[in-house]
Order: sequence, then C-alpha cells, then structure tokens
Amino acid sequence: MNVVARNVAVARLWWSASAAALLLVLAVLAAIFGFVFIKGIPALRDPAIFVTVTSGVAGGLANAIVGTIMLVAGGVLLVTVIGIGTALWVTEFAPAGARRLLRFVIDVLAGVPSIVVGYFLYVALVVGAGWGFSLAAGAIALAIIMLPYVVRAADLALSGVPRGLREAAFALGARPVTVAFSIALPWALPGILTGILVATGIGLGETAPLIYTAGWSNFMPRLAFTHAPVAYLTYVVWSFINMPFERSHALAYAAAALLMIAIFVLNLVSRTAVDYWVRRTRGRR
Amino acid sequence: MIAGALVFVMMVFLIAYAWPAIRFNGIGILTDPVWNIGNQYGSGVEIHNGIAAQPGAEFGGAVFIFGTLASAALAMVIAVPLSILVAIALVYRVAPALQPLVNALVELMAGVPSVVYGLWGTVILVPWIGQRLGPWVAEHLGGIPGLRGDPGSGNGLLAAGIVLALMAMPFMVATVRDVLLAQDRALFEASMALGSTSWQAVTKVLLPSVRSGVFAAVLVALGRALGETMAVLMVCGSALNQFPQNVFQAVNTIAAVIVSQLDSALTDASGMAQRSLAELAVVLFIITVGVNGIARWILHGMSSPGTVRGA
Repeated sequence: MNVVARNVAVARLWWSASAAALLLVLAVLAAIFGFVFIKGIPALRDPAIFVTVTSGVAGGLANAIVGTIMLVAGGVLLVTVIGIGTALWVTEFAPAGARRLLRFVIDVLAGVPSIVVGYFLYVALVVGAGWGFSLAAGAIALAIIMLPYVVRAADLALSGVPRGLREAAFALGARPVTVAFSIALPWALPGILTGILVATGIGLGETAPLIYTAGWSNFMPRLAFTHAPVAYLTYVVWSFINMPFERSHALAYAAAALLMIAIFVLNLVSRTAVDYWVRRTRGRR
Repeated sequence: MIAGALVFVMMVFLIAYAWPAIRFNGIGILTDPVWNIGNQYGSGVEIHNGIAAQPGAEFGGAVFIFGTLASAALAMVIAVPLSILVAIALVYRVAPALQPLVNALVELMAGVPSVVYGLWGTVILVPWIGQRLGPWVAEHLGGIPGLRGDPGSGNGLLAAGIVLALMAMPFMVATVRDVLLAQDRALFEASMALGSTSWQAVTKVLLPSVRSGVFAAVLVALGRALGETMAVLMVCGSALNQFPQNVFQAVNTIAAVIVSQLDSALTDASGMAQRSLAELAVVLFIITVGVNGIARWILHGMSSPGTVRGA
C-alpha cells in the first residue's frame, strides 16, 4: 500500500473512531436521562408525593422539596449580594492589582472540593458556633460553592460595559458610585442574571456541602435559621437508593427526576429568556 | 473581599483545627494504610508527640490518598482521549445546523447533579461490572496484572473511574471545542494544501497548536475529579485499611471518606478522629489547589488567552 492510500485509510479509521466516540457519549447521556425519567416519572405521577413528608424511608418528598427550595433560595440570596458586591467593587473601585488577585482567589475557591467547604462549616458553624444542623449553615455552604460562578459572570458582564457609556456618564458629572450602580450594573444585569441562574442549578444539585451542614429531617422545615435540620432532595437520591425498600427506591428516582427537570428548566430559562430580554431592552435603545 | 478572605480563613481554620492531629499522626497520615479510631471502651491512652487519643488509635490516610489519585487518574485515562475525539468530531464533522443541538446536550450533561451520576452508577454500572465485566475479565484476561484476582462486587476503582470520567467529559469537550474553534481556519487549509489528509491536519497541526489549552483543561478536570465526593462515594466501595488488588476492587477517596467516616469519627471521645479527617481535608485542599495552580500557570503563558474559562 502506498503512503497516500495508507494515510487516507488511517484518516478514515480515526474519523470513524471520533464519530463513534461522539455517538457513545450521546448514547450514555441518553441512557442516564432515560434511566432517571423512566424510573422517576411513574413515582411523580402520584400527587401525594408533593404533599406528604417522608416518614422514615417511605412517604413523600414534600419536606425535601421545600427544604431544597429554602436552602437554594437562601444560598442564592447570599451569593447575589456578596457576588455582585465583590464584582462591582473589583471592576469599579478597586486598584488594578486587586482585580488580578481576586480573579486568582476566585479560581482557587472554584477548585476547593465541596466536601472541604462542608467540613469546614461543620467544624466552624455547626459545632464551633453551636448552630447545629441548620438552614443558615446549609445556605452559607451553598453560597460558598456558588460564589465563583456568580463573581466570574458578574466580573465578565461588568467588564463588557462599553467604555464610552461610562465616559459619557462621567462627562455629565456623575460620581463613580452613580456610574457603578446606575450605568454599569443595569447594563451588565442580563449577564449577571445568567450567572446566578447557572449557580442556582449548581446549588440544586449539590449534596456534599449539605450533608454536615443542613443535616436531614423527616419533618417540614421550620422558618428557623439555626438549630433545625433541613431536608433536601439530593440527600434522598444518595441515601434512599441503598435502602432495601421498594418505596425508598421510588422516592430516590423521583427526587433525581425532579432535580433533573428543575435544572433543565433553569438552563432553558437562562438561555432563552435572558437572550430575549437583552434583545428587547437593547433594541429599544 | 469576603471572597478573598474566605479561602484563606478556610485553610487557616482547618489547619488550626487539625493541628493536634497533624502532630499526633506525623508522616503517617500520608504513609500509613490503617485507619482505626481506637478502642473507645478500653482504658489508657495512645500518645504520640504529646498528643493523646484512644488506645490503639491510628489515623493513616494512605489508602484514601491512593484511591483519590488512582480514581482520578483512571478517569483521565478514559476521559481525555474520548473528549478530544468527541470535540474533534463535534467541530469538524457535525453539520453546522446540528452543532447548537449537540452543544446544548453537552451542556446539559454538565448540569446533571453528581448524585444522579452516582445513582446511575449504583443501579446500572456497578451491577454490570460486578456480574458481567468482572467475571468475564477474570475468566479470559485473568493473567494481566491489575486485572488478576477477585473481581469483587462491582463497587470499586473501575466504577469510580468511569463515573468520574463521565462527569469530567462535558467540561473537557466544551473546552477543547472552544480552543479548536478559536484557531484560525487557515491553519487547517494550509495543511490540506500541503497534501495532508484532514485527519493529519487536525492531529498534526491544529491539536498541537492548542495543546496548552487542552492541557490546562485536563488539569482543571483533574482537580474536579480529585475533589468529587458524592458520585464516587456511591460507587467506590468505601474501602478501609486495604489497597485494591485489581481495578475492580473497592477503593476510597479522601472526599468520600470524610462523608462516610464522620459519623464514626464523632464517636471518638478524644476527638482525634474528627481532627484527622480535617487533616485529610487539608491534604485534599493542597492537592486540588496545587493542580489548579499549575493549570492557571499554564493558561497564563498561553498565546491565546481568554479561550478557556471555567464552565
């Protein structure tokens, strides 16, 4: 076989291999989705699952659903304030060196394993500060996990504010604070919002930082920040699948399917709704 | 600056908390394979370096450190070639009209929670390895080191590696795709004009031109695989005090052992078990931050910055 023929044959072979790899990955993805939905949807058909609390390893998921919403809402609230504050300070007010340092620290924080964050908060807050397993500790854990995503998105969005826009505002005599809050922030808002939605999806799917901060409870979460453990959906997926009961397995699959649906919807919203919003508002200007 | 202080505070706090354990365990935390919280009902104390724990207590992390490194390495061995092949196919072979769809699917895969990967691993992958693959390999390929011996239950190093590989792939595929798309199309055409095949153009010209971006992506993915907790915890078999004899047998990782052993550690009256887990957390912290630091350093020296960003 001459060189050209061999090279062409090799190319064909490898292109087939790469196509096969792509198909393999899509097949595995389809298998995971199919598996979760086929097993999870039947259990979700029964509306009782949304209104009954888990009793031991049976019952419904009401407490876990409400707990997940409370924990993620708490985390998102915290991370929105801290994340946007950090990004605003760095892009608008801080000296140039601070920005590089912050980006470095955010990268480091993004690399910290979530269980390390969870264990740190367990030692510091749950035991150290005596909060016990609680909503506050869990929400703080989620906020720390989400922080890098929000700060990066906000930093990127704020850096994208056109220079001319800022200069025009300054030329009109605006103070730096006015420029930051009335010019830069509104302009960057869609980008920041996308970051927050992505972070919300991450928070929904987290387990490791919650196990030793939020704990687990068979009851509806109370509106207490400390001394009250909170249930959450990922815990159900993790622990109920190892129980020997049919009902616990059904609950685990149902929780997994619910989480996937929620994350799917969040992704869809962050892709389409935010785009639509940007086009509408920018279009009008 | 809260964000900045946070990493520092976490590190200092964990080291301070783990300090008695660091003194008690010495180098053993890295080299000793035995994890034993000691006799909780006996009399007397075990004293090393002036620090007391329950009699017989020994906190070695060698099994967990090995499991962490081995499962992440196995994941990279599976995921890196596959991801590069997938990214190449995605950029050069998928019709442009279909690309947004495939991209959306890849992103969807990145959003799947780790417990869902763990659930799939527990229910589908582990039984398959334990009942089909393991016995088949033991029968037909039993002579090969690393495959020899009892194939175990399916919970083990291979299951952990496969699940971690699946979790690492979306990020790597997306990053390799992005750096390839950022390259000048003229490179491809110049190579073709010189008479290369399209495959040669991609592998001999384009891939080398983005190698630092690919390498950095691999390191970021490696950092995540090293720190992944739930999916690994659900399929690794939670080994204690023993190393796996082949790729099928149970392992344990630092992240997984912190979850699976904390309940037990809380019963240690001396508190040394909890502090030793914190010491393991510090070890994991240092490993992952180190890997990410190297990735960052490589990215910093890259000719085309801005193409690789964390997902």
